[in-house]
Amino acid sequence: MFNQFFQVSDIVAIYPQLLLALFGLGVLIVDLFLDRPWKVLNAFTALLGIGYATYALFQIRRFNVSAYNGAIVNDSFAVYFQFVFLIATALVIFISARYLSIEGEHRGDYYALILFSLIGMNFMVMGMDIITLYIALELMAVSEYILVGYLRTNRQSNEASLKFFLLGAFSSGILLYGISLLYGISGSTDLRVIGQKLAERPANDPVTLVALVTLAAGLLFKVAGVPFHQWLPDAYEGAPSPITAFISVAPKAAAFALTLRFLFIALKPLQVNWVPMLSVICVLTMTVGNITAISQSNIKRLLAYSSIAHAGYLMLGMIAGNDYGITGIAIYFLVYMFMNIGAWTLVVAMRRKDLIGDQIQDMSGMFQKNPAAAVLMLIFMLSLAGIPPTAGFIGKYYLFASVIQTKHYVLAVIAVLNAAISLYYYFRVVVVMFMNDKVDEEKMVLSPGVLTTLAVTLAFTLIIGIYPDPFIRFAQNSLSLFQ
Amino acid sequence: MPKNYIPILMFMALGCLFPLVTLALLRLIRPSDPHKAKLSPYECGVDPVYQPRERYTVRYYIVAILFVVFDVETVFLFPWAIRYDVLGLFGLMEMLVFLGILVVGFIWLWKQGALEWV
Repeated sequence: MFNQFFQVSDIVAIYPQLLLALFGLGVLIVDLFLDRPWKVLNAFTALLGIGYATYALFQIRRFNVSAYNGAIVNDSFAVYFQFVFLIATALVIFISARYLSIEGEHRGDYYALILFSLIGMNFMVMGMDIITLYIALELMAVSEYILVGYLRTNRQSNEASLKFFLLGAFSSGILLYGISLLYGISGSTDLRVIGQKLAERPANDPVTLVALVTLAAGLLFKVAGVPFHQWLPDAYEGAPSPITAFISVAPKAAAFALTLRFLFIALKPLQVNWVPMLSVICVLTMTVGNITAISQSNIKRLLAYSSIAHAGYLMLGMIAGNDYGITGIAIYFLVYMFMNIGAWTLVVAMRRKDLIGDQIQDMSGMFQKNPAAAVLMLIFMLSLAGIPPTAGFIGKYYLFASVIQTKHYVLAVIAVLNAAISLYYYFRVVVVMFMNDKVDEEKMVLSPGVLTTLAVTLAFTLIIGIYPDPFIRFAQNSLSLFQ
Repeated sequence: MPKNYIPILMFMALGCLFPLVTLALLRLIRPSDPHKAKLSPYECGVDPVYQPRERYTVRYYIVAILFVVFDVETVFLFPWAIRYDVLGLFGLMEMLVFLGILVVGFIWLWKQGALEWV
């Protein structure tokens, strides 16, 4: 059955994704035969699928397979990011079940959509061909649009979904325009060939510059760099909180990985052009994200603006573009996944039958009611701000050090100032939790799933902060991008 | 280079001229006899009762989407059926995977009640 269209290596390269697709479809079918109290079994099916896929990925992690005539490359860069996505998705599934039951929307298609989105992200980091990359991006994005609007009776959720969809479709259009120009210039859909052809063209060629600008605009929409960030706070606020935890971590990492592939393989010859452009956007993203976050009274919006600011820090690694920068981006996403999902988990746990729990004031007196949860939130906030004993410091250290190595001193100074600004609003949450008196007696309900996620995220936030060596070695794998 | 575009320009001019000339000519030749039955939208059917731009139930969209699903399926099936001898077992497997995914989606829709017209 294997002929010129198809080799065994093709199956090996996408084996984890095949498993995920199988389990995604399986969840859909199994869900039809489950009565309401048993819907939580869907979560177990999805987790089982992720477990199998992780195991399969673990076995092929060193193979460095190139499949489908080079359209898909499962190099160590791709493998690293796939591990990040798989862990993030598993953590999010743990915190979803109880939240969905409270919202009365516990259905199997939720888990199927998360798995499909995961498949899209995995292909986004493996793709070497712009058509494959674009389809993977859309698979991820379309699943997200539905998930953001998953609370069907909630107007805010619907509004968020519509805004997200319209702007996402718009940005995809811009991205496609850039992709078509790249294809027009090079006559190939392979990123590596595009890179070679671009290198042969004269410097400051207007067509390549237009292609660069449109591509960058499309990609920056996806990573929500300022001035393309307006959709993000609304989408994050309206979406069900577990989904916000998901889209603030995994799809952002996928979009960054995709941008890295584009910038360092296809657009490498234009590095002199895109570094200044990205520097301006990086400064804007950090500053606007941090300063707007100060005035937020809604914890979901606060974390949304903080995630914009974090995208700004991550751009430092791209601007530096050296080993330190790429390792920094990789380790930062690992760290960011744990600390951000941890913080979001506590927001999810705030949801009760009678309380949405997304105002910062709702956290008043949390230290009196749930001391453990308050301390956890403190640790995640410290980590997000980048204070030394926590993992956030390691991530920021690598990113800031990378721009110092490449002598972008101004950028480094602005980044450090921004980290100082961010301390203010992270600690506003802490102050409300520890200093304010409680307004009611109702305690947080910590379901087993929430506890699992909290335990894992706390453990890794502290372990990476104290003993980062193995994780840094793990992240250095992703340097295969350059080879 | 611009010389190559002259045929296109001529083509565009001809394309615009053709319907104008035809309509003008026919206006002189044809008999004109408007009456009520001739001016109605469907000459041999039921007279329209409502304005066409009404709101209609959202269920039609589900039917339309279901139609598109099978439409796309057919679009893929035909080329495969024609080149079956070349594609062989590999093509058969690919098609089975494709149809399998589609059938799962269809079963799901069916069980969700998309085919019921309440």
